[in-house]
Amino acid sequence: MSDAEMLFRIASLNAAYAAAIDDDRLEEWPDFFIDDCLYKITSAENLRDGNEAGIVYADSRAMLADRVLALRRANIYERQAYRHIIGASRLTASDGTDISAETPFLVVRTMRDGQLDLFVAGRYRDRLRDGAGKLRFVERVVICDSSHFDTLVAIPL
Amino acid sequence: MDQATIARVHGQWPKGLTQVPFPVYQDPALLEQEQRLLFEGPVWNYLCIESEIPNVGDWRTTFVGRMPVVVVRTETGDIAAFENRCLHRGALICLDNAGNARDFTCVYHAWRYDLSGNLKSIAFRKGVNGKGGMPDSFHPEDHTTRKLRIATISGIVFGTFSDQTPTIEDFIGPDVAAALRLTASRKLQVIGRFTEVLPNNWKLYAENVRDTYHASLLHVFFATFRINRLSQGGGVNVSANGACHVSTTLAPTQEADDSYDGMRSVDDGLKLSDPSMLDAEDEHGDRVRQQILSVFPSFAMQRTYNVMAIRQFVPRGVDRTDLNWIYLGYADDTPALRRRRLKQLNLAGPAGFVSMEDGCIGNFVERGAVAAPQGVSLLEMGGDGTESQETRATETAIRGFWKMWRAIMGQ
Repeated sequence: MSDAEMLFRIASLNAAYAAAIDDDRLEEWPDFFIDDCLYKITSAENLRDGNEAGIVYADSRAMLADRVLALRRANIYERQAYRHIIGASRLTASDGTDISAETPFLVVRTMRDGQLDLFVAGRYRDRLRDGAGKLRFVERVVICDSSHFDTLVAIPL
Repeated sequence: MDQATIARVHGQWPKGLTQVPFPVYQDPALLEQEQRLLFEGPVWNYLCIESEIPNVGDWRTTFVGRMPVVVVRTETGDIAAFENRCLHRGALICLDNAGNARDFTCVYHAWRYDLSGNLKSIAFRKGVNGKGGMPDSFHPEDHTTRKLRIATISGIVFGTFSDQTPTIEDFIGPDVAAALRLTASRKLQVIGRFTEVLPNNWKLYAENVRDTYHASLLHVFFATFRINRLSQGGGVNVSANGACHVSTTLAPTQEADDSYDGMRSVDDGLKLSDPSMLDAEDEHGDRVRQQILSVFPSFAMQRTYNVMAIRQFVPRGVDRTDLNWIYLGYADDTPALRRRRLKQLNLAGPAGFVSMEDGCIGNFVERGAVAAPQGVSLLEMGGDGTESQETRATETAIRGFWKMWRAIMGQ
């Protein structure tokens, strides 16, 4: 597969990923990952300092499903929605099994009272695997440009 | 603060500690008074962890209230801390979060300070080509930054500007000291740093960390997974001055518990697909499932399962507070234990299953009480005192906070 074809597939994957979150179809979100995945939200500064912890850290798809369940059933937060604006990906590596890519993104958050904020700017550092014609995340590390988060982070990035 | 405001706030304080008038969270003028009397007063402000500045010249910047402060390891191996403000024109001396330096030079006009915050030299003191320069009466050694007195307990560094502040041990009391010493019993290592920007007054968060009543009610995840129910063993200890507390929740001794039946706080249909997140080691052999301790005014430290975190709250305005989360492990963690901490940290921080609600709840109070300057917040749970109690169905530690706040603020 050419790089151009791969970049097109990654762009399609990211578009579908963003739509699932932004359209509040969170139950579909874990399906973008393999079973034995890693999803982590951290910041550029923590990455630079070698800090391992994230504000979200899931090392299985089941943990992602648990987060969605908790958001739906347990956690309290004011009604809000994200709008992901996802930039152009660039391929960073390929080892025959997995493809690595980095993609910049912005998330605008709209609260129930109409307040709009640029909530997060950052990049996705991804490792992807093709399985049965479907591209999935082996690893998605969400590297936020800032370590500051307004109020709370409920919905995944 | 103008006299009318003082009178209004004063006038509304009822007798006792069970009612708090809403203007104390809302009045912008109080912020300045709190800075001067409280944060720069007879309290111990959290500064950093000793292991963050191990070598001579290592420094970090932090805040005492709204005042920028530098904490540094000096040539003698001691820790010094001073206001991060150049004595010349008031610019910040240190511009980053951390670093290592032989001395500090202000970027504006190159005034130079040693590691203890003493002014050592200034650029062009004698002028240039015999012209200009400072008057002969100016001596750098006459000028020094505002310095904090330092106290370290179990590798955690606190500072105070007041000569009146009791020793850290006397200030926090024996129960909080014992809990702090146990939690920090091995060398701490920072494994993550995040800041949650809270849209509320700092005191609403200071109350929240002392509020043992709310945890299992607001945070459904707590009660559902029996991390923290009021029916589990434990209690809350408050220091004699009211300022500091430690609340403890023990692991449940039996599985049957009907005390939460019918409450929103329990969702029996909630089952984790991957329960490994809650696999915990009893690291200290004390069956403690959750422990929160606070040191007045701006410090809290928690253990939840194997999660360890420090929270520092920094006022940014009357209705804005930076909540700094410092995620911790021990330097000698096994890889398996470290992995548990990383997974269990899903419970804490801005996206935490049992903490995200605390990010918005203070703002709910701000908005709810916006038109209630005559109104009061009620704190009658568990009586009207500030004594230690063998239950967490109490607001004793919040009353303790107000006991100290009012004593310092003269209200």
